[in-house]
Amino acid sequence: MSLQNPQHMTKKKVKQPLTVEQKIRRREFLSFGIFGTLSAAAYGGWKWLYHSPEEQAGVTAGARAPLRRALNKTELFFRRLTFNENHLVKTYPVEMAAKTVRHNSDIGSEGDVDIDQWRLRIVRKDKSVLNITYKEILALPKTELVFDFKCVEGWDQIQHWGGVLFKDLLTHFGLLKEVEMDYVGMMTPDEQYYVGLDMPSAIHPQTILAYEMNGKPLPAQHGKPLRLIIPVKYGIKNLKRIGTIIFSDQRPPDYWAEQGYDYYSGL
Amino acid sequence: MKVIKEKHSLAMRWAHWINFPLLGIMIWSGLLIYWANDEYEVMIFGHRFIKFFPEWFYNLLHIPHRLSEGMAFHFLFMWFFTLNGIFYVLYTLISGEWRELWPQKHSFKEAWLVLLHDLHLRKTAPPQGKYNAAQRIAYSAIIVMGAGSVWTGLAIYKPVQLNWLTWLMGGYHLARIWHFALTLGYVMFFVIHVIQVIIAGWNNFRSVISGFEVINEPPKPTAHDEEKS
Repeated sequence: MSLQNPQHMTKKKVKQPLTVEQKIRRREFLSFGIFGTLSAAAYGGWKWLYHSPEEQAGVTAGARAPLRRALNKTELFFRRLTFNENHLVKTYPVEMAAKTVRHNSDIGSEGDVDIDQWRLRIVRKDKSVLNITYKEILALPKTELVFDFKCVEGWDQIQHWGGVLFKDLLTHFGLLKEVEMDYVGMMTPDEQYYVGLDMPSAIHPQTILAYEMNGKPLPAQHGKPLRLIIPVKYGIKNLKRIGTIIFSDQRPPDYWAEQGYDYYSGL
Repeated sequence: MKVIKEKHSLAMRWAHWINFPLLGIMIWSGLLIYWANDEYEVMIFGHRFIKFFPEWFYNLLHIPHRLSEGMAFHFLFMWFFTLNGIFYVLYTLISGEWRELWPQKHSFKEAWLVLLHDLHLRKTAPPQGKYNAAQRIAYSAIIVMGAGSVWTGLAIYKPVQLNWLTWLMGGYHLARIWHFALTLGYVMFFVIHVIQVIIAGWNNFRSVISGFEVINEPPKPTAHDEEKS
């Protein structure tokens, strides 16, 4: 059986030109083979990504590790390419502002707060604490803003806010070293809700600490007595009822970034 | 006699098959995002005709409560979707293949004849090159739609920093509606495309993977025959 006719073998080696049928079969085999292999590889890659482990919980948490890396890189790309403090949010005539302002969440700002007892605590770079009263804030120049508030969920609403520019407040209280730092952290008095902001967004010329909504003092639901309005970010960053403000060169903790959302969340 | 005829370039086939799963992921992750504020519906005379989307649809696809996940996938795969589109457009322009693709003056009139033919209402179809008139329009439109998705997407993604673009797209609301409507357009395109591919048969389908079609050519006329004619 294993013996073969040597003559027959040499005959076989002579290459015949391929018939059309053979060419078709060969090219079909090759292209479909490659197509199948790559499809399987792509499917495998997708499976891997879909089941990839969650990131290690830290300042950010709750996202798949590779997707978190991508989120951070993508945001950095768009920040470097497009962020400019002179890019202002579009403003509207005050008549266009919603009379019933949408309310989504009360985390960290449930119930009421006693304005006389309340203080804005600002922790300076040297860890000393500045306590500011409601009246001191009212004494600062007021800025009003009517803009389209945008929620990460996809809805938006034209709203009317009034308060002090965060930039003005920092200057007024001589927080110049603090402005040089990379991040600002803000949290509610009970520390249940907290946001981290990059400094350029925090000192954007339209970022205000608001104490008025539609020309009246903030109602409890909307962050009485003082809340953040930062139009260059999604609503999740617009912290209600500010208790403490800190400064850091590292990213301060951020409530929704710990729930899988992008840390930067810039618009 | 069977003859191999080259039909689709390798670059076109790559772009086509890479786009297929990418678009699928973009639509799926887009649904995860849209669910969080699913406000669109079709109203006719005050009656809600279609609601995007009914509960059963969301539940079937496990859509609810996955906004952050949807955003994370959407903002990763947008890169590949966009880059693949740019690659395809540049290739098509540089290679000159756009000549076989972009609609011609008579394509719009001819497309009706193609449609009537496809619906068996007309016996003959107009003569065509690689693509018929209806295909030229459809395969060019889908590229324009892809670009539209990228532009409207950017307009929603960075409405402050790219406010000129948001303005150009008709504002935040309109950009979001366009972005959504284009996605519905892809789904409709997909359904018709798949039906057409099934009807067109194996030879046509194979060509988008292998690059070639097999055609039956009559034997070449001899020199003697040519003299006679």
